[in-house]
Amino acid sequence: MLTGEGLWFRYAPQLPWVVQAQSIAVEPGEVVGLMAPSGFGKTTLAKLLAGYLMPTRGRVSVDEQPLPARRYCPVQLVFQNPELAVNPRWRVDQILREGHPPQMHQLDALGIHPGWLTRYPHELSGGELQRIAIARTLNPQTRYLIADEMTAMLDANTQALIWRAVLDYSRAHQIGVLVVSHDWPLMRRLCDRILDLATMQDHSTLVSQ
Amino acid sequence: MLSVSNLSVTFSQYEQGLRRKQLTVITDLDLEVKAGEVVAVVGASGSGKSLLAHAILGILPENATVGGTMLFQGQPLTPGRCQQLRGKAIALVPQSVGYLDPLMRVGQQVQRVAQLNGLPRSAAQTAVKRTFQRYDLPPQAARCYPFQVSGGMARRVLVSTAVVSQAELVIADEPTPGLHPDVVVETLNHLRELAQEGRGVILITHDIEAALMVADRVAVFYAGTTAEIASAQDFATGNLRHPYTQALWRSLPQNDFIPVPGNQPSPEALPVGCLFSDRCPWMTEACLPERPALRAVRGGLVRCIHADR
Repeated sequence: MLTGEGLWFRYAPQLPWVVQAQSIAVEPGEVVGLMAPSGFGKTTLAKLLAGYLMPTRGRVSVDEQPLPARRYCPVQLVFQNPELAVNPRWRVDQILREGHPPQMHQLDALGIHPGWLTRYPHELSGGELQRIAIARTLNPQTRYLIADEMTAMLDANTQALIWRAVLDYSRAHQIGVLVVSHDWPLMRRLCDRILDLATMQDHSTLVSQ
Repeated sequence: MLSVSNLSVTFSQYEQGLRRKQLTVITDLDLEVKAGEVVAVVGASGSGKSLLAHAILGILPENATVGGTMLFQGQPLTPGRCQQLRGKAIALVPQSVGYLDPLMRVGQQVQRVAQLNGLPRSAAQTAVKRTFQRYDLPPQAARCYPFQVSGGMARRVLVSTAVVSQAELVIADEPTPGLHPDVVVETLNHLRELAQEGRGVILITHDIEAALMVADRVAVFYAGTTAEIASAQDFATGNLRHPYTQALWRSLPQNDFIPVPGNQPSPEALPVGCLFSDRCPWMTEACLPERPALRAVRGGLVRCIHADR
């Protein structure tokens, strides 16, 4: 189980808290939605859970173990803009191999054309590149996937295609998925349960800031 | 007001050494915008939505060749005329705060647009004040630099630049992704208001829901062509003509969430016949020899030979 217990975060001691007293747990194979108005620290919380940032207070653990500092992280984060998540000087096949050797049937399920593998990131469209970024995370070492507005830039058909493939994979391999999104109908469609940060949080402290 | 027919855009690329190849990314694109109307342009990334905007504004890169005809107020849009009208009669509401000058206060930037449109300095200042008031931007916001305003405020500043220009045609390029639903509604309402003042508005987006909230008509682009032009009501009433439009509608999470498999064909390997044929449930032999022409079916335009069944 992926757990974040009593997470607090701020960028420096004199700056305001970005994340305050948040606790969250995701079971293997479970799809959990996370929603809140802008500025509530959804993305920061996602970065804490994936080990991109260290919490100021509290701890993040996978099966009672802290996240590894060096090895492949079992919690993988996919952002809204794939252009910023890949090395622009690498070809696509090298980008995919950074995680794990890609499996052809999986690339196929995500609609990745074999011809794309020899191209550079700028030669693919945003939707095509996002599939690459997702394919890179779907490998045996990944136990939890955090999707931060993963399909907000994509058309409805591509969005549905990608989520079908991701949910099939997560069910088959018992991957826990945390979906961060503004899109309420999409969350209802995907998630087993949905957390609303706005109601979990103590409103009085927010108003006083 | 604006009429685009058979637009094509071809890029010439260096392949190896001095050998060049021609890559046609837009083929047979059609669109019509009347005064007082919001027309949404919907399609996947790579379908040619942004290139259309760039072609109308005359800001395509130098290695691009444009074919077909573009008429603005009855006169053809030549490169010279584009340059004259750009920012005055035709204005762009860009995607993000990244299009503002980061080293200039936002009030000044809007004022500069007004002055470039021929208003004297004092009149331009009043115009900025009036526009900021109209969009609920506090007076002190004018003194902020772009990084100091929130995403929603930046969006309103960008709309302000289009409003003070008195433009007759406003092109909004992907104004909504990743915004909170309330801010989305607000942004779209601003576009609606612009149309009510008698301007023509083109809303470029990949988000059908956003498009249907404000548009009178929706043009669906696929692989660089206009697949269908439907009225906004046609979506809810099930009067859609092209199989791709129907697939897009079905794949929304609040509808069936069922996608059609496959990808848009890449511009290097376009099929000879209908561009959607390899993914289409209605495909027959008759679809393969040539591209279907855009034709009128049930009050809309569609590029499919099976649309009236």
